[in-house]
Amino acid sequence: MASDAKFFTKGKIQEFRKELEEAESKDKKFAKRKTVLKKIVANITMGNDMSPLFPDVIRCMSIQVLEIKKMVYLYLVSYGRVKPDQIQHAVVHFLTDCNDRNPLIRALAIRTMSYIPLPIVINALTEPLRHCLRDSDPYVRKTAAICVAKLYMHDPRVVDKQGFIENLRTLLADNNPTVVANAVAALTEISERSETVSLKLNLSVASKLISALGECSEWGQIYILDSLLSFVPQTSADAEMLAERISIRLQHANSAVVLTTIKILLYLMNYIDNGRLKDLLCKKMGPPLVTLLSSGPEVQYVALRNILLIIQRRPAVLKNDVKVFFCKYNDPIYVKLAKLEIMYRLAREENCKAVLAELEEYASEVDVDFVRKAVRTIGRLAIKLSAAADLCITALLSLLETKIAYVVQEVVVVVRDIFRRYPMMYENVIPTLCEHLDDLTEPEAKAAMIWVVGHYAERIDNAVDLLEDLSDNFKEETTEVQLSLLTAVVKLFIQRPDDAKELVSKILKWATEEVDNPDLRDRGFMYWRLLSTDAGAARDVVLSEKPPISTETDRMDRGALDQLLLHTATLGSIYHKNPETFIRTARGKALTDSPALNPASRAVLVSVVEPAKGPVVMPDFPEPRPADLMDTADQEAKSGSSDAVNGSDLKAAPTPAPASNAETNAPSSSAATEFDPYAGLDSVFRGGYVTDAPAPMKAQGEDGDLLFF
Amino acid sequence: MISGFFIFNQKGEVLISRLYRTDLKRSIADVFRIQVVSNSDVRSPIVTLGSTSFFHVRVNNVYVLAVTKCNANAALVFEFCYRFIGIAKSYFGKLDEESVKNNFVLIYELIDEILDFGFPQNSEIDTLKMYITTEGVKSEMAVREESSKITLQATGNVSWRRSDVKYRKNEAFVDVVELVNLMMSSNGAVLRADVDGHIQMRAYLSGEPECKFGLNDKIMLEKSERGAGDSAVELDDCQFHQCVRLNKFDSERAISFIPPDGEFELMRYRSTSNVNLPLRVHPIVTEHGRSRVEYTIAVKANFDPKLAATDVVLRIPTPLNTTKVDVKVSHGKGKYVPGENHLTWKVPRLQGGSEMSLTAMAELTPTTNRQAWARPPIEVDFQVLMFTASGLLVRFLKVFEKSNYHSVKWVRYLTKAEGGTYQIRF
Repeated sequence: MASDAKFFTKGKIQEFRKELEEAESKDKKFAKRKTVLKKIVANITMGNDMSPLFPDVIRCMSIQVLEIKKMVYLYLVSYGRVKPDQIQHAVVHFLTDCNDRNPLIRALAIRTMSYIPLPIVINALTEPLRHCLRDSDPYVRKTAAICVAKLYMHDPRVVDKQGFIENLRTLLADNNPTVVANAVAALTEISERSETVSLKLNLSVASKLISALGECSEWGQIYILDSLLSFVPQTSADAEMLAERISIRLQHANSAVVLTTIKILLYLMNYIDNGRLKDLLCKKMGPPLVTLLSSGPEVQYVALRNILLIIQRRPAVLKNDVKVFFCKYNDPIYVKLAKLEIMYRLAREENCKAVLAELEEYASEVDVDFVRKAVRTIGRLAIKLSAAADLCITALLSLLETKIAYVVQEVVVVVRDIFRRYPMMYENVIPTLCEHLDDLTEPEAKAAMIWVVGHYAERIDNAVDLLEDLSDNFKEETTEVQLSLLTAVVKLFIQRPDDAKELVSKILKWATEEVDNPDLRDRGFMYWRLLSTDAGAARDVVLSEKPPISTETDRMDRGALDQLLLHTATLGSIYHKNPETFIRTARGKALTDSPALNPASRAVLVSVVEPAKGPVVMPDFPEPRPADLMDTADQEAKSGSSDAVNGSDLKAAPTPAPASNAETNAPSSSAATEFDPYAGLDSVFRGGYVTDAPAPMKAQGEDGDLLFF
Repeated sequence: MISGFFIFNQKGEVLISRLYRTDLKRSIADVFRIQVVSNSDVRSPIVTLGSTSFFHVRVNNVYVLAVTKCNANAALVFEFCYRFIGIAKSYFGKLDEESVKNNFVLIYELIDEILDFGFPQNSEIDTLKMYITTEGVKSEMAVREESSKITLQATGNVSWRRSDVKYRKNEAFVDVVELVNLMMSSNGAVLRADVDGHIQMRAYLSGEPECKFGLNDKIMLEKSERGAGDSAVELDDCQFHQCVRLNKFDSERAISFIPPDGEFELMRYRSTSNVNLPLRVHPIVTEHGRSRVEYTIAVKANFDPKLAATDVVLRIPTPLNTTKVDVKVSHGKGKYVPGENHLTWKVPRLQGGSEMSLTAMAELTPTTNRQAWARPPIEVDFQVLMFTASGLLVRFLKVFEKSNYHSVKWVRYLTKAEGGTYQIRF
């Protein structure tokens, strides 16, 4: 058992130098130098600058002891790039190792050299690398393949000039599966960075790669599976053949193999016209996805976020499995929140009672975000399934009894939406809601309650008093509340002109004269003019019939889904965002048209937006994006990540029309029949808090990235 | 792919730091420390800031962290972290701050080998141990003298096994371990009952043994000549170790493989139909006003009287404002644990078919908190040896080897619940 912990103490450069020098004269079995080098490595780890020791450490390179060699190499990987003037002393030793008889040493040498991005090292590396790409030992070849990718990152011109890409292509046909897998990984990486090199597989190469799958390490299988996105099937038969051959990978123990296989299967299904086979593939995918829920919580999370996407596009994958997504009391919060979303998606008439009972259970738990989301989900369930609406309302009313402030506020918000979904059905609960007016402190809940009071002013006897009380602090309220107060008071006035005359003029005056917000001011003027010119027209406008909230409009657009599913298992699938929208070097992906592409997929084909050239514009602020890329999930994520971002008055207004809102952004697809008839309603709930959906955060810095660190 | 790999202790100090790509600087560790280590409310295992994503797994008192700058395969990154943890456990017995510090040079050596430019490479423990060892001299010898054997092994199609394994006595041990998940509602309805099965194998077999493994799985039996009997078990899904030939399983439902030397997980499965719940728990919990809670809990061992459940532990939640609890038990020991807000009831052994009970009265202090008690579920841990909740049995394990040696095979079954997999609401 090693006991190296003692080396974890801050040391001085001078001391280390002295110890190294002393060891040169007398060092039995190099024990002294081993010790000093360990101290140096420990200090590098602790973040202490050991670069002044560069010449001293390089002097140890001639020692032919593996343990020392590896530590010296580690040192060079850490500091090589900051010592361009001294690195040539190391290069000589590297080159000797590149020609060592021992394949492990040869591989170690080129692996280490290629980590040092200095022209002098790279130039020295090209000749040995060329040999290593054709080395007789597969371990050296597989290392050399990755070296090419590294070199490409440092200096693509060298790779082009030396023709290394061609060498990589040759390695695709290597007889060793590990070499093939690494060559594929390197080519995929290069083609994702390059303007000129792109990986395109034809049927015979794709088939050969699949044959290598069975003999590859699990990681190699992932690289090969991933590369199959570069194969565009020209006929349904080709796609079917590949799909059948890779589907056995669903039984692999490694979750990344499973999810990557699913990615490719979903991709190939766009090119398959055999409905029976597609059904079969969907059936095959379900159980392995559920099995991933027995993995560690981190992998569960990845699986859940992906499942949420997959079932929107292919509901058949997990039709009857809602129970496996019930939350365990001790699940981590991120797992619980992700499960909740899936439970909602999988809820339908047959299982709604069980789902609702679970949601009620969750509403009594401790974590505030989870409880809120559970309450909100009860409301969404009511809107999604009319058969469940009665039960949900009962559940929500009993939650009001808890008198827990955040629960009450959530209930108010969702009940407002239920009113709008089922007009004239549940207004009898208004008095109960009004009893909890005092518990409302959050803008969203306040705004919702104000909307209810204004909208149903005719039925609420003390509506005037209520709104008067609510507008006491008008000037201190958030814009969201101010806007809703303004509209509610105008509605009140139109319904009960005599009672509300004073109130309306007070609010209009405040809104137009004492508030700085232009939205509020403009709306105030608009109402003022409307009311003063034509009361009849004002009634028609303000009390016009609202478009009903429906289940039809809110679901991710199919084209966007097809595109997003090309990123299955990756970060993009966690955040439900195309990677090019939040990662500066990421490239977009899109289905490629071919004679085999299903007409329905072709109809919604999305083209890829090329990343900006030149100085990269970072998405520090939401960028305007082409309409066809906008999807509701994106919007949700955005509005969830920051309120300031989405300050349009549609969002804040008390009488929004989310239905029509969603319509303009996500043109409902012609293939809607293929969809889950119960698909989501996210846009109804415009996501008031951060946990609504996981989202990448904006980094602070000159270019909005963490590069400066 | 992965741009950097780190290990942190609980204070946020860096114990291991290795960059694989130049798009990252060492100081990125500070961002992680601020965002995750010193953040008391981390709500995701992945944090993305701008283009940089932090994937972390907590294990004992350390954080294992992988950082990416691209649209990385999140499943791959976490699987890699898990694999690293597995390797560390195999090398040092455990992964914690002490073992990381004591072996940091070796860890650097390992992660240089298993991650190249951020692409995971061969990470089979058996192969790694051929040339990366805790004794420098031994590694030195191996690398110098057996290099071609090592490279072949590390890139070959049986990368998980050395070819020169020799045992005097050839033995294989199979452990079928079933973890039961139960969620029972307060009115006694089973909301969810399923089994996560793991088949662990310890193979001490010489040469290149070809193994064939058979279970009483319904589909497997249907494919074989015998046909499915009544005892056939329906498996929802199975997943296999890298060594199992998946195409054979697909076409013939046969599990055939050349095993790694020593211990490995041959297969995982999931079963949701006809799960036999070993312990039935009937809780009656009554809140008397705001001052007392009364518990009557009965447990029945629902399996063969020849078998016994061992290490039975029930964790029975109590309200946060509990002051003291009177506990009476028919078996074992019952104790109130104020720090955890629950009663623990420990019973070392419960014979099949027998019953046991607990009655308790919790007294509460008056509180101004009007929030009702959340009533978290009762959790049960237990083990039952030679019992499978799914009914799964091993039908055969055949070993074929060139030299035709005789081998001895052993099978054990264990059904267990632990860490909150067995939950009863009340």
